[in-house]
Amino acid sequence: MSRFKFPPSIRSRPVYETLAARDGKSHLIIAEAEGAEAVFDLAKNAENLMAHAHIIYIQGRSGDVYAERLASLGARQFYMGPSYSAALPRLRRVLSDAKMGLQAYLTGTEGMMGQAMLELTSAGIPHTAIQCEHRGSTARRMQCVHCKGITEDVTTDPFVCSHCGLNLFVRDHYSRRLAAFQGVCVDAEDPGNVPDQVEIYQ
Amino acid sequence: MTLQFNDETFRDDYTFTNSQRAIDRFPFPFHEDSYMYSVNMEQHQGGPKGSVYENRFDVDEHYISEMKDRAQVLAEDPLRCQSLPHMNLAGWDLLELIMVSKSEDYPDLFELHRDGNNWHWINRPLGIEDKFVFLDNASLPYGPMEYITRQTQGDFAVLDQRDENLWLDAGMITTQADWSLDFDIGMNFFEWHAPVPKANEMGIFIRALKFLLNVQQGTPARRLNWTMTVNPLLDTSPENYHKWGVQKTGLTPQNVGSKQFLRVELQTFFRLPRSNGLVFPIRCYLIALEDIVTVPKWGRRLHRVLRDIPDELATYKGFIDNKPMIVDYLSKFDDGQPTSAGIWPEKDSEPELVV
Repeated sequence: MSRFKFPPSIRSRPVYETLAARDGKSHLIIAEAEGAEAVFDLAKNAENLMAHAHIIYIQGRSGDVYAERLASLGARQFYMGPSYSAALPRLRRVLSDAKMGLQAYLTGTEGMMGQAMLELTSAGIPHTAIQCEHRGSTARRMQCVHCKGITEDVTTDPFVCSHCGLNLFVRDHYSRRLAAFQGVCVDAEDPGNVPDQVEIYQ
Repeated sequence: MTLQFNDETFRDDYTFTNSQRAIDRFPFPFHEDSYMYSVNMEQHQGGPKGSVYENRFDVDEHYISEMKDRAQVLAEDPLRCQSLPHMNLAGWDLLELIMVSKSEDYPDLFELHRDGNNWHWINRPLGIEDKFVFLDNASLPYGPMEYITRQTQGDFAVLDQRDENLWLDAGMITTQADWSLDFDIGMNFFEWHAPVPKANEMGIFIRALKFLLNVQQGTPARRLNWTMTVNPLLDTSPENYHKWGVQKTGLTPQNVGSKQFLRVELQTFFRLPRSNGLVFPIRCYLIALEDIVTVPKWGRRLHRVLRDIPDELATYKGFIDNKPMIVDYLSKFDDGQPTSAGIWPEKDSEPELVV
């Protein structure tokens, strides 16, 4: 099952909805891994949308299991790439031509959606024209508040910063500007006393 | 009176001290014998002579040393001062507000001469004299917000107002109570306060925002906030928490009076005229427990407040582990006698401590 219901949290933490077709001149769909399933649902409920849609699909951990079905949706443009960073130059090129009336749909992991959201809002697309639906992994993109390095795909709390090596605990405090949650040293007051790792959502 | 400036440090050997005058004018934050969050705003239109409320921007004996500490923090981590591109005008608004206020309130320390946009600023305590063109960034050695806040005590959050919200879009944050400007910049009022426990559920931030959105030019507001810090460490940043956090474990029953500090923030709020932004100076005052208890009313009250504070708040404010030791120390300065209402020390009317 690709859907996960996040427990209630603090107000800086993003919340996600279910993608719904909106009227628009064009539709930019950025999906990652199991996000493909949200695209199928979207397509099912909106007949004309795909004729004006550009799908940017990032395979991530799903490989090409969704590839054929996505390609058959009839999108005006369909792209498939291995990772967000690989897709980024294309996304930027597409955004440079974006016109008023564009609707954006993001679906996949929080880390991908957060980065894409940042890219879209930086390009001047109002956040009200961007929908997000979480699918797939609940792994987080974490910023180490100490060294500022980003660690991708964090699934445990605490975790080790992939840059400076400190043991960090996982906060729900989220920065849209960084597209990351905040990680803070867990053993600062008692060096070496690091709690056992647990899955972030159990 | 002419101010005598201390030569002191807020790190390493911690030579920071408060003079008798600084103790007497300390902004004690508890108006009654208990504490809970509230939107405790009042007008910032002066206050008793000599108090921290008297002037728009209080300059005290710690000024020069605090500015040296800020320069050191910025040299180590320039991300503590950031301004998003649309906040430049608000930075000039802030520079004007501070220069005008300080030159009017402390004419012996600061001078501002204006001929149209050609300005001449003299800061005697720091030995700074600059001529520049108002609104011309190239005429100053730093951006306007950074330039003036390198010369003004307290942290500065500069907020943009739009969409019926306030956005933390610029700041100079080097004496913070454990929050990161680099992480929080760009957030709205609710987002950057999101980690504060209880206050959201109590509706505190909704009411505070309503108040702040309506602060008008010329009618600034203020409130006090507080936390606890071990050692007179100004830079209690999350960025350096892995370095300073361990100091919290250095308290003993013998040194708690001299090493445990009450940290009070005098928060003020000014509307900025050109940008319609809001500046939120957060001025930090530190006082050792052993100095607080020289004021009988404050010793009694601080004991009662900390003894009865909910664990959730003590955890958020970072002293839950040391709370028993702190309360035990303070209990020796609480003889159970009543305290008068309000924050002022009332040294002449409060009963002597009976132990």
